[in-house]
Amino acid sequence: MGLEQKLGDMGIVTTSLEKVVNWARSNAIWPMLFGLACCAIEMMSAQAPRYDLSRFGMELMRASPRQSDLMIVAGRVSRKMAPVLRNLYDQMPDPKWVIAMGDCASCGGVFNNYAIVQGVDEIVPVDVYVAGCPPRPETLIDGIMKLQEKIRREPLKKWQ
Amino acid sequence: MDHPLSELLKSALGDAISQVTLFRDEVTLHTSRERILDVLTHLRDVQQFDMLTDETCVDYYPREPRFGILYQLYSIPRNLRVRVKVMLSEYDASLPSAVPVYRNANWLEREIYDLFGIHFEGHPDLRRILLPPDYPGHPLRKEVPIAVEENAFSFNRARIDAAKPYATE
Repeated sequence: MGLEQKLGDMGIVTTSLEKVVNWARSNAIWPMLFGLACCAIEMMSAQAPRYDLSRFGMELMRASPRQSDLMIVAGRVSRKMAPVLRNLYDQMPDPKWVIAMGDCASCGGVFNNYAIVQGVDEIVPVDVYVAGCPPRPETLIDGIMKLQEKIRREPLKKWQ
Repeated sequence: MDHPLSELLKSALGDAISQVTLFRDEVTLHTSRERILDVLTHLRDVQQFDMLTDETCVDYYPREPRFGILYQLYSIPRNLRVRVKVMLSEYDASLPSAVPVYRNANWLEREIYDLFGIHFEGHPDLRRILLPPDYPGHPLRKEVPIAVEENAFSFNRARIDAAKPYATE
């Protein structure tokens, strides 16, 4: 990757701590293994060999919120599910990010009714909204890459 | 009235049946809430309607009586279906529970209570089944507005943001 040219004769690379930490964080995002509706099928497809999310360093879905950095809300959130989802979010260690995958998680989608939360941003803070009903796996991968760009831009003082 | 089942049931159940309607070979028995358990017990024990396929409710607002409770019965030995209907007033929306006759009416009646607010007397465990326990009101009643967010799909972020709650960290 051209690193040996930067090393020069001294074997040392200088950079800022911010860049190193953000690089490490953005290239090993572990999403939480949970899906709520049809968007979860596209999320599974994004991890499967054809679209292969592991190319970007985030294939490792963790079944426990205590080991995950990223919550992909894949599907519509019913009002009965909302406290469960918030509970999972609260159990995730900082730093943590949320992707609202699909129209239902972003704004309620076609389900403008009594049963569905009108956008998951009512219960958890969302970093990236992915449009589509459901979004194709490429769209989800694009959303995750947008999140990577966002993490790389995070300044030092906003670390938690 | 030319369905063989309709005359048979009307003669067997007598004055418990106020009306029998026939639509596309589907028999509907209209009865009252005082006689509903007699009718269901007779249909189960004598007429072999041993399966309650579904129990549901219709809101006929603004008609009065407003609510119609429907029992869809099926007879496995006879391969016949029949529908029993009870009309209820808006101001006294309660009727005896069918759980002593058909045990699977338990969850079906909890769903009707949850979404329509009908009270079932003698139900062993009448509480919400689909919605959260603290949900206000009964959302399938017709006075409840269909949409939660009035300005959805308006692309007017300012109006949506003014009405919408946002979570923080």
